[in-house]
Amino acid sequence: MATETGMSLPVRDLKLRMERVGMAFERDGKSVSVLEDINLDVSDGEFICLVGPSGCGKSTLLNLMGGFLVPTQGSVIIDNQIIRGPDPRRILVFQERGVFPWLTVEGNIGFGLAKLSRAERRERIDHYVQMVRLQGFEHTFPSDLSGGMQQRLQVARALAVNPDVLYLDEPFGALDSSTRLILRGELLRIWQRERRTIIFVTHDVDEAVQLADRVVVLSARPAKIQNVLTIDIPHPRNISSARYLEHRDDLLKRIGLAYTA
Amino acid sequence: MKAFNQPGRWEKFFWPLLAATLLLSLWHYSVLWTATQVFPSPLSVEKGLAELLREHVLWSDIADSLRRVALGFGTAAALGIPLGLMLGWYPSANQVLNPVLQILRPISPIAWVPIAIVLFGVGDHAAVFLVFLGAFFPIMVACTGGVSTVPSIFRRAGRNFGLSTAQILARVVFPAALPQILVGLRMALGISWLVVVAAEMIAVDSGLGYLVIDSRNSGKRYDLVVAAMLLIGLIGLALDIGFRRLERIKSVRWGFDHES
Repeated sequence: MATETGMSLPVRDLKLRMERVGMAFERDGKSVSVLEDINLDVSDGEFICLVGPSGCGKSTLLNLMGGFLVPTQGSVIIDNQIIRGPDPRRILVFQERGVFPWLTVEGNIGFGLAKLSRAERRERIDHYVQMVRLQGFEHTFPSDLSGGMQQRLQVARALAVNPDVLYLDEPFGALDSSTRLILRGELLRIWQRERRTIIFVTHDVDEAVQLADRVVVLSARPAKIQNVLTIDIPHPRNISSARYLEHRDDLLKRIGLAYTA
Repeated sequence: MKAFNQPGRWEKFFWPLLAATLLLSLWHYSVLWTATQVFPSPLSVEKGLAELLREHVLWSDIADSLRRVALGFGTAAALGIPLGLMLGWYPSANQVLNPVLQILRPISPIAWVPIAIVLFGVGDHAAVFLVFLGAFFPIMVACTGGVSTVPSIFRRAGRNFGLSTAQILARVVFPAALPQILVGLRMALGISWLVVVAAEMIAVDSGLGYLVIDSRNSGKRYDLVVAAMLLIGLIGLALDIGFRRLERIKSVRWGFDHES
């Protein structure tokens, strides 16, 4: 943590830094390299999308950033500190089945709020129920919610503990395309209101171009950063504008999907 | 077509009643035709049941059996649930203890009768101990299995929200495994009811099991024997139905949805 005030350090806005990060797993006595030499700086409040061929290690990268895995090389640094494990200041949202089925909507959102007073917890829960538009479902159990509502709930549970970084692992990947479109819009709305740093893994090129400030393209395994694309279109983005399509084609080309599809 | 597959309300009761009536009459006429002097007819069983109710010993026998089940099953749950959770949570502990437990598990509680009597003497404690043995292993195994099948996503979410290991066990692993634990408890309750009757035939002088053996020994009252057997069946059914109601509690219902 930078405690000196009044000094404008050159890294003032830096939130997350990956320094020469490499990851290898042991498999049948052999070491299999999944990620190699990943270098990336993410500023505070930035929206980053990670794309790449399936199985290339996007989720592994996210788990490293979340502190669930320890890199075999290099380090992940958040707020100038090497991370040493999971922390409520950075919450990972899973693709599906991440909400607790034994708790109601309220119970799920309040899950990480045990340390707050009853009144504060109540207030926080109400706030995020509203934010993800689950009013009227406070006492509903997840098994009675649609897939899209479950994902909103998972996002609300994550936001409720006030994290400064949100990791989303293909959060809309299991949803139908129209629900996915709606939830993207909602995520953008929430991000613009709360300005948390978001790292979003997806295999959907449209999703990446629609959401991200920068798109990080990973290569096939062992994954390296192939490209970082800056998407400088202001929100809300017109998904049929020429600039949007240009970025989209560019990204498709870089992933190599343009030729295989 | 669907109307044919979905039985009407009356059919739900009609067919089971018909089956029961047929079985009863089969029983009745078998007794008549074979002219047996030993085996009672349904009517004499019914009279025997009325006699038991009149003499008021029945209620204290039922109460004794239920009390033994409550004590034995309760102790088994109180020890088996935490131990099972621990073994599921620490696979290395499971590896150490599992072989011993797997050898003890298939031993019928009835085989423990001599040891139970040596340890506790002839009396209540011995019967409770046997019930405990019958219930303990299924509960423990269900808990261990329940914990090991909790999706890692839930544990990771628990860690992510900053929970300690004890908190993850209490707030994530236990509720996630609860549906499976309930299945184990229900099975254990059924076994407890089987065991208590057997134990009461050997180790004590009260309870429904004792009623069965005593009716036979004092005057070969097979009408009372069968009456007591029927009661045992009915109470066992009631226990199971009562327990199944727990599965409808909302915080565990998600684990049973595929069954309904």
